[in-house]
Amino acid sequence: MARIELKNIRHSYPASKGEAQVWALEEVNQVWEDGGAYALLGPSGCGKTTLLNIISGLLTPTEGSVLFDEKDMTQVATIDRHIAQVFQFPVVYDTMTVYQNLAFPLRNRGMKDSDIEPRVKEIAEMLDLTESLNNRAAGLTADGKQKISLGRGLVRPDVNVIMFDEPLTVIDPHLKWQLRSKLKQLHQQVGTTMIYVTHDQTEALTFAETVVVMYEGRVVQVGTPVELFEEPKHTFVGHFIGSPGMNLLPCENVDRMAHCLGNALGIAEKKETHSEQFQVGVRPEFVYFDKVGIPVNLNKVDDLGRYKVAEVETDGHILKMIVDEGQDIPVENPRICFDLDHTRLYRDGWMVETEEVTP
Amino acid sequence: MNKISNQRAWWLVVPVVVLVAFNALIPLMTVVNYSVQETFGNNLFFWHGVGWFEQVLTSERFHASLLRQLAFTGMILIIEVPLGIAVALCMPRKGPWVSVCLVLMALPLLIPWNVVGAMWNIFALPDIGLLGRMINGLGIDYNFTQQPVAAWSTTVLMDVWHWTSLVVLLTYAGLCSIPDAYYQAARIDGASSWSVFRYIQLPKLKRVLTIAILLRFMDSFMIYTEPFVLTGGGPGNTTTFLSIDLVKIALGQFDLGPAAAMSLIYFLMVLLVCWVFYTAMMRNEEQ
Amino acid sequence: MSIEFRQVVKRVDSDTHIYETDLRLEQGGFNVLLGTTLSGKTTLLRLMAGLEAPSSGEIWFEGKNVTGVPVQKRSVSMVYQQFINYPNFNVFSNIASPLKVARVSSAEIKKKVEKIAGLLKLDNLLGRYPSELSGGQQQRIAIARALVKDSKLVLLDEPLANLDYKLREELRDEMPKLFADTGSTVVYSTTEPMEALMLGGHTATLHQGRVSQYGVTSEGYRLPDNLTSARVFSDPPINTAEVRKQGGRFFLNQKVSWLAPRSLRGLQDNIYTMAIRPHHLLLNADKSGSIRIDAKVKIAELSGSESVIHVDVDGNDWVSECHGIHPFDSGDHTEIYMQVDRCLYFDQQQQLIRG
Repeated sequence: MARIELKNIRHSYPASKGEAQVWALEEVNQVWEDGGAYALLGPSGCGKTTLLNIISGLLTPTEGSVLFDEKDMTQVATIDRHIAQVFQFPVVYDTMTVYQNLAFPLRNRGMKDSDIEPRVKEIAEMLDLTESLNNRAAGLTADGKQKISLGRGLVRPDVNVIMFDEPLTVIDPHLKWQLRSKLKQLHQQVGTTMIYVTHDQTEALTFAETVVVMYEGRVVQVGTPVELFEEPKHTFVGHFIGSPGMNLLPCENVDRMAHCLGNALGIAEKKETHSEQFQVGVRPEFVYFDKVGIPVNLNKVDDLGRYKVAEVETDGHILKMIVDEGQDIPVENPRICFDLDHTRLYRDGWMVETEEVTP
Repeated sequence: MNKISNQRAWWLVVPVVVLVAFNALIPLMTVVNYSVQETFGNNLFFWHGVGWFEQVLTSERFHASLLRQLAFTGMILIIEVPLGIAVALCMPRKGPWVSVCLVLMALPLLIPWNVVGAMWNIFALPDIGLLGRMINGLGIDYNFTQQPVAAWSTTVLMDVWHWTSLVVLLTYAGLCSIPDAYYQAARIDGASSWSVFRYIQLPKLKRVLTIAILLRFMDSFMIYTEPFVLTGGGPGNTTTFLSIDLVKIALGQFDLGPAAAMSLIYFLMVLLVCWVFYTAMMRNEEQ
Repeated sequence: MSIEFRQVVKRVDSDTHIYETDLRLEQGGFNVLLGTTLSGKTTLLRLMAGLEAPSSGEIWFEGKNVTGVPVQKRSVSMVYQQFINYPNFNVFSNIASPLKVARVSSAEIKKKVEKIAGLLKLDNLLGRYPSELSGGQQQRIAIARALVKDSKLVLLDEPLANLDYKLREELRDEMPKLFADTGSTVVYSTTEPMEALMLGGHTATLHQGRVSQYGVTSEGYRLPDNLTSARVFSDPPINTAEVRKQGGRFFLNQKVSWLAPRSLRGLQDNIYTMAIRPHHLLLNADKSGSIRIDAKVKIAELSGSESVIHVDVDGNDWVSECHGIHPFDSGDHTEIYMQVDRCLYFDQQQQLIRG
């Protein structure tokens, strides 16, 4: 158990000849509190796997340091960091049984057989693997194998952190549900720090208490799922989290009032910066049809069963809106309004503080 | 799977069928023909039944060369397979040295058999050869043309030099196909390098190793040119392996009948081993 | 082009991959094959493409029997889950390849490729090679190649499965638009119910080699013909329980019962299977016509705007999906509210009981 701190971490992979050095990670500072459930969320190529490998010690960062409970571990080998990792594709030792697989990390650490047995059985019980303990691991289904990979981490009493690298990639959708909630349950049971790397917002938001969103080698926002949903600090977060993502429209500052497409919005930035160009961001959940508001053309409506997604257009700008099942969508002269509590202003991509003002 | 097909594609196979017929089937049938008949020249043949087979199978000479053959094959397998794996494990997986190593490894495989034989013959000559002079210089009495032990060790050494690369290359390809995640997981599980080899690399190499052993078995079991050029089967008969013996009987003594019977027995043995390997491999795959 | 399966069976050795199937896909428009892995989606696609022949039965295109016709003569293009492109061709040549095979004049090729590239936002990448592009861009090339050929039938086998979540969303949104103007019949296979709903059109649900239902996507979702289709077409999994009908009421257990809808009052008293979608189980009584059920929380998954609560109701594992953030600890007792007017009832043969 340890609190993990990343200090001024930068990393670049060796550049091929004649190419400029490219930073896969640009300056990351991040603290992982002991016992937390974290998700590291971002598109492919954002540096999340690099960051994971730096924590586990499979990579040494070009600059910066990794601290476990204030102790510098940057140069310490993987095995001495006491971490566990579950990979995208299940890794099991094919020739061993499930039991031997789970016992393997303990045997390697010189634990006595009599101590190993109760420990393995306990973990197998937690993972619902008790019945297949004596089966060959190679014969299990993908989700079974993934449970073994996880089990090899859980079985060790000294693990500081368990890391998951897109662990549900090869799992069938209807089993994803089970395994995902199982992970969450396990976290509550064992209380080990867990870091879950994924590009899938649903997995990240449902698993984690704290989500770290990465984009192009940087951490753009750290927050609870609610914070990320309600107050995305960066337009990328707004776009990346939520389905469909946040609507972004150009917006101007006229007399201390944000105007979007010629309509006064009723909000303004708190600290006046006299900048002219803004973007207004509002999630599809917080746009609704009304008698007054911005006139739009209805492009199409997708019926997703639980709710509908309406696509509307105004002045060449497209907006998506989520309409609950059973609610009507006006066909003639639809107008839309924004929920001001959930309307954000962005300058150069970053959110600015706003306050409500009456026009 | 029954794919949608038209049957015209079969015509494309015709050239191969013709070629195989001329190459393999017709000569094979000639051999079968010889093996059951007796000839006294003038192209006159008399039916002899299984007589030649009995003669070959009971002859001490055949037993001796078969034994030598098995000993040789066993010996080179025992040396080449572990050595090949060891070399492959030492080779770099990334970086500029990969291609250098691969080329170096491939070099011996590119040299024709008889050249290898001639090279080693000269290399190992006790009076002028580099190797021969060196060993004698160390105070060891070494003369592969006269001492059976020296002849054997030179032959084995030559084969190891020539063919270990094949095992290395196959194993290396197998090693490269193991995903990184396995090694990383093993590091995290605290596995020793021996455990990594035993529980990850070896199981994943099972298939390529089966192929490597099969290939090395076949090649060494049918070895002819290299020992023939190196030792000529001597001193005495000490390095007369099956194929050398066969040629001696067929061309040296012109005993076509026994030679044909021996070839067929030889052929069946190779076929049997192939079949055993094939079934073993298929069973593996099913698992 | 309309596609018809007539009593098609596909067997490989002793395994039956597709049990006797009759299915008619209408001309033009989007058809989705929805099912878990190994449910037979890919086999159906390969049968349509002509890459495989049925063990028995016939396949008809536009009223013509094409059962024995090879793939080259079927006017079909196919996009796979893996991004399959020619690595040593640049984007332009990759897209142009089917036209070159068809010996289209180079002026015509240039025109067509540029048009399609524009549609798929590949226009400034035409000189690049596939290895220099992202997964999303590579899959766009494969889709562009299917589009440029103007095939009458376009088959897409889980084309977005290997892409990032957000890219998937983007391409999923574009896909129906791209094919809308071509007049091609599109068949798209997926494992995700949400994807089927977003793509719209018609959906066939598959389960273990059988087509359990085919119809307009949103209708199939609302009123599944049978329990199998309801299960396949639900993410999170649909909640089910045995209910007893007695005297015009359905009983979940001793305490919980509700009045049967008017159309089902006359239904024989018996045991039935009831199914309710997770988003019709709420944590408050806001919706009219909902009844209270006691439940024990197993785990609560909270995303930014919604809660997915896994509960135990009388030994049934149920899931409730609702707006807002509702934190629970494992083992908490709570009440959930079921919108009984949204319940579906299935008879012992697992067929939907329609009013």
